[in-house]
Amino acid sequence: MKELSFDAVVIGGGAAGMAAALELDTRGHSVLIVEREATLGGILMQCIHNGFGLIEFNEELTGPEFAQRFEEDIRNRNIQTSLRTTVLDIREEGGLKAIYCVSPSQGMMRIEARAIVLAMGCRERTRGNIRIPGTRPAGIYTAGLAQRLINIEGFIPGKDVVIIGSGDIGLIMARRMSWSGCKVHAVIEILPYPSGLTRNIVQCLDDFGIPLYLSHLVTNIYGKDRVEGIEVTPIESGALMHEKAFRIACDTVLLSVGLVPENELSRNAGIELQPATNGPWVDSTLMTTMPGVFACGNVLHVHDLVDYVVEEARRAGANAAAWISGYRPERELRVKAGPNIRYVMPMRINLERENRFYMRSLIVKNDARLEVRLDGAVVRSRRLAHVQPSEMLSLMLVPEELSAAGRDSTVEIALL
Amino acid sequence: MDQFDVAIIGAGVCGANIARKLSQYELDVALLEKEVDVSLGTSKANSGIVHGGFHDHIRTLKARLELRGALMFDRLHEELDFPFERCGILVAALHEDEMKAIEQLYLQGVENGVIGIEMCSRERMLELEPTLNPDVVGGLYAPSGGILEPYRFVFSLVESARNNGVHLKTEFEVESATREADFWRIRAKSGQEIRARYVVNSAGLLADSISAAFGAERFTIVPRKGEYYLLDRSAKAKPSRVIFPVPTEVSKGILVIPTVEGTVLIGPTASPAQNKEDFATTREQLEHVLHTARMMVPSISENDVITSFAGLRAVYGSDFYIALSEKAQAFVQVAGIQSPGLTASPAIGEYVKDLLKKAGLRLVEKSTWDPYVHKVPRARDADPFALDALVAQDPAYGDIVCRCERVSEAEIVAAIRAGHTTLDGIKYYTRAQMGRCQGGFCTYKIIRILMRETGMSFDQITKRGGGSFILKGSL
Repeated sequence: MKELSFDAVVIGGGAAGMAAALELDTRGHSVLIVEREATLGGILMQCIHNGFGLIEFNEELTGPEFAQRFEEDIRNRNIQTSLRTTVLDIREEGGLKAIYCVSPSQGMMRIEARAIVLAMGCRERTRGNIRIPGTRPAGIYTAGLAQRLINIEGFIPGKDVVIIGSGDIGLIMARRMSWSGCKVHAVIEILPYPSGLTRNIVQCLDDFGIPLYLSHLVTNIYGKDRVEGIEVTPIESGALMHEKAFRIACDTVLLSVGLVPENELSRNAGIELQPATNGPWVDSTLMTTMPGVFACGNVLHVHDLVDYVVEEARRAGANAAAWISGYRPERELRVKAGPNIRYVMPMRINLERENRFYMRSLIVKNDARLEVRLDGAVVRSRRLAHVQPSEMLSLMLVPEELSAAGRDSTVEIALL
Repeated sequence: MDQFDVAIIGAGVCGANIARKLSQYELDVALLEKEVDVSLGTSKANSGIVHGGFHDHIRTLKARLELRGALMFDRLHEELDFPFERCGILVAALHEDEMKAIEQLYLQGVENGVIGIEMCSRERMLELEPTLNPDVVGGLYAPSGGILEPYRFVFSLVESARNNGVHLKTEFEVESATREADFWRIRAKSGQEIRARYVVNSAGLLADSISAAFGAERFTIVPRKGEYYLLDRSAKAKPSRVIFPVPTEVSKGILVIPTVEGTVLIGPTASPAQNKEDFATTREQLEHVLHTARMMVPSISENDVITSFAGLRAVYGSDFYIALSEKAQAFVQVAGIQSPGLTASPAIGEYVKDLLKKAGLRLVEKSTWDPYVHKVPRARDADPFALDALVAQDPAYGDIVCRCERVSEAEIVAAIRAGHTTLDGIKYYTRAQMGRCQGGFCTYKIIRILMRETGMSFDQITKRGGGSFILKGSL
């Protein structure tokens, strides 16, 4: 078994992992990126549509173009990578972190590190997760798998398609399948509003005349060998209208019903997860409950834009570097998700420096107000033209705004 | 035309056990299967339990075969390398009035000669299984009960049978048969024909139509559906023993099963199926599964559900129907094998062998018979040093194709080389695609490996044969 040693190891070579590694390198620490695929870039590599990088580069790039900019930087700086390498275990051994991983060319490796950045991304929810009854024929795929099959493998999974869920990957795939000569018959969404970004509803459905059924549930899947159709039931006032159920014939069902941070490695290492995000519990420095282990990107919470992912990952990288150098936050307060906020990330605020927060709304509303409260008193209020659960909210807080904070104070962020 | 001493129709757990048993003798044996792979029927979708020997009275054939079969699993496990564990079985009573039934089961178990069976107080039940509902009032404990992966068991049996000379013919759907002199002439839908001196009807759900095709007894197999939920291996509600409710007239009830691979299975329901191909799950039945399973293990959460599936029991009367046909010559019926069929199946293999002997089949033991199958090491079971050694021998062990169940490329290749050339076949052999992402991350990789190893083109790849094609075109 090979033994290696680095200041820091970044697990996952997607957008988050690359951004975190660059930041650690900038601060003079030796860093290794461990990536299970044969290339860096992660899921960006199959996202060949544009729309990436508007905030980061002030340009509209495709996924691979966005990844390439980071990858070139990694290569130019000779940051080490271990590709086709799967991490099997993270342990604490002798005051250091030990990462056990395996690759076809190196066999088992034990890598010692002072800090770890978790950047494993997320996975798609499946049919089983949303418990659609019916038969189990071929032709049911998650939208991301279909995207991989078409964009990288060059295979078309089916011709007559229904997409369940209006998540962004599903919307992008509605357009992609249409471009590939397939007929997308419908997108079915259980909620009364879409789960994806508005721009994707317009560009991927409206422009192609694909109907979006809001407040509809797929209640059955038919077909013996291959999918033959689905049953759709409208929801009115929270109740299924069985008498209004209808069938749509199709040979393919794509699922875009949400993403789940991929934290099996974290959980097995004993890192505490929090139910609101399915990601690790982190302090103001994005450090998990295992000292020296940081998390960022979609493994921490599911982001809507990769630009936010890399911003967060840079912070995680910088914080990991600071931790290696001995920095520990001295004054932290708990940050609570108040009314109409699903979660706030991170869940602690550092009273010594500025803090960037991301959060998710629980409501759809025009002309909303975001409030930051310290022990109930409003310290910041911001108008928002429109909020919806699919669009992440971002907020910067500086210590001066919280100068009245005592030792046991709580910060709460609310949406009104 | 190929000629055999014995043709076994149906490569489920019964057919596979019979084939392996007969492979011990100097015989030409054909194992005929209508599907593209073995174990794709009732033997695939069931609870995967080696029962405790107390549910049925020893005067029934099924209880006798269950008791005998249950004892055979340790040796089979040693020889055939399928996942198996004697984790023990509990029957939990949630109301005082159920304790009467527990006592009856206990006495029946004692009468059947079950070793170690125990009547338990509430405290003993909770000690044996802390995930149980604290309202449990008592129950039964059968320490010899166990769990296994049923399809892996069948795969290994068939592999062993083939190693010892049995001919497996998949996609051989028996359509008709005629008796000619000393032979049965058996014709498949594909037009293929074989001849066999003896025939065993272990066709599961279709045993009635096979019987009719041979002019043997007329009977009807009724499909009874069982629906299941599979829960993630990280589920909090993971019991360490199989938990049964107090049984009813029609079934053993909804169980909570810690699978031998670390996931949790809850089910099955027992409801009439619309036909023998009705494998659809229903919202009502699955809700019933969750609700009922939670009464025994309250911490079961719908958030842990990975997938659901349904299997069909082949129901005929209340006991197994295993006998020489009284109407057709040299024809053995193995029908109505529902629970505890999996447990009984090794004993069914022996029992059928003896029926054939009685019917005149000459049994001469083969000196070269090898009971062992080649063990395929698994990345998931290997410690770091063992995995390092495996990669040194075969670098494909270092490519983890399925992250959720930690399955390496080497294991996928082994599955394909063992003849499992569909996505489902590979899934059941290796567990790849069986975990929490349900193939989201590994399906495209498996397709590539399948194409490379078999030379199949993309449009030949299926989920489980027939028209279950995965891909519909290329760019």
